Amino acid sequence: MIDAINRTARRIPAWSIYAAGALVVVWMVAAAALGLSGPDPVKALERGFGERGLQVLIASLCITPLRWGGVNLIKFRRALGLVGAALVALHFATWITLDMGLRWSEITTDLLKRPYIIIGFVAFVALLPLVATSNKGAIRRMGAASWKRLHWLAYPAILAGAVHFVMIGKVYTVESAAYVAVVLGLLAARWVKSRKFSQVMA
Amino acid sequence: MTFKTDLRWSDVTPKSLFLNRRQLIAGAAALAAAPAHAGSAWSTDEAPNSLEDITSYNNYYEFGFDKGDPAANAGALKTDPWSIVIDGMVDRPGTYDLADVMSGQTIEERIYRFRCVEAWSMIVPWQGFELAGLLKKVGVQSGARYVAIETLTRPEEMPGQQSGSFPWPYVEGLRLDEAMHPLTIMATGLYGQPIPNQNGAPIRLVVPWKYGFKSIKAIVKITLTDKQPPTTWNKLQANEYGFYANVNPAVDHPRWSQASERRIGGGLFAGRVDTLMFNGYGDHVASLYAGQDLTRDF
Repeated sequence: MIDAINRTARRIPAWSIYAAGALVVVWMVAAAALGLSGPDPVKALERGFGERGLQVLIASLCITPLRWGGVNLIKFRRALGLVGAALVALHFATWITLDMGLRWSEITTDLLKRPYIIIGFVAFVALLPLVATSNKGAIRRMGAASWKRLHWLAYPAILAGAVHFVMIGKVYTVESAAYVAVVLGLLAARWVKSRKFSQVMA
Repeated sequence: MTFKTDLRWSDVTPKSLFLNRRQLIAGAAALAAAPAHAGSAWSTDEAPNSLEDITSYNNYYEFGFDKGDPAANAGALKTDPWSIVIDGMVDRPGTYDLADVMSGQTIEERIYRFRCVEAWSMIVPWQGFELAGLLKKVGVQSGARYVAIETLTRPEEMPGQQSGSFPWPYVEGLRLDEAMHPLTIMATGLYGQPIPNQNGAPIRLVVPWKYGFKSIKAIVKITLTDKQPPTTWNKLQANEYGFYANVNPAVDHPRWSQASERRIGGGLFAGRVDTLMFNGYGDHVASLYAGQDLTRDF
């Protein structure tokens, strides 16, 4: 089973993640523009970009734990991270333009005053250095150790994104809580694993 | 201040499209059953949203949390027979059949702005009668100060009520002067048809100068009381949702601004419009709150 997954993964090029991401974006924009996403296409697009972005970023966090079980999807991780970050950027851009209508005074008030918007914005900003260093040249320049340290930022950033999602709702739903639970679970798994590792080393 | 909208009459769904033959018959029956039908000076002349918008984008947690859930899940709700318990400080308390509730009341079309606390809005052509007419019929006693109103509890037909996360039944309330105001109506129709289940069938409250959550749906109980009644969203989040919940661009929701709103139905590039004090009904209702600090009584 694991071998079959790994064999299939070897045949799928990493760029297919970018292609799939682009297709999803085109489909969502087309659905919103053609009125297929209901009476409120602005919210549909804004929520859609945000939720898909969060899902793809969480998928990128799953790559390492999967490797412990022998499933090797590491070649897709960068693409997942970049596609997820792009979706989050589209989510943010949709909020500023289509939702807030470029009303800058209201936008800046929200960014300074509203906890859930602040948390979401912090999550987005925290992704930017990761995007900027998601290439071979950056890893070479920074050295593997410090690159890895920087990319731990993915955990707080994605956790903040999930918390942002929970805070938007008028009520807490199982769905929104599940995102936070999954990210916390992944974080806990990494922590337990790294402690075991350091104990072995000591 | 002038109010401009990108909507035109051409944006309204043509009657021929939304009134197919079956609905036409139902609509005709509803009109025939109505004691009277008249246009109203209380109506806005802004173009209403399409029936499709109004019936597919609803907050009605009895049928689920998503805007599309009520349209998907409300079909199973049986609204006939229907009765309303009217009790408390009234001269003629009792369980009134819906026909008795409506008898003697003048059904009018009221095209109202509808502003949700989530900062979106629509224009809705309701048909209904003034709540004042019903209250006069049952006789409000002199000590009564408030009206408490309750939604149906029927988990087997309202799937959202099967989860324990919400304090069912949904309850709302008005001060007596708000309830007696001629803008406050009990709506029984929408676009000339009986009001659809997802919009609060068979009878709901509409208070156009307040956030939409005050306009309680599927009403089964009306109680006149001398104490301010509990209201559902206030019980859930007292710092976010007050008893009054008057539309007020100057008082933000703690999590978002109420200064502007998105008008549903304008498509991707509809943008925002400024929110009006009392949702634009200030000339008629501001005097109800004279001397009140509306930042405290939000």
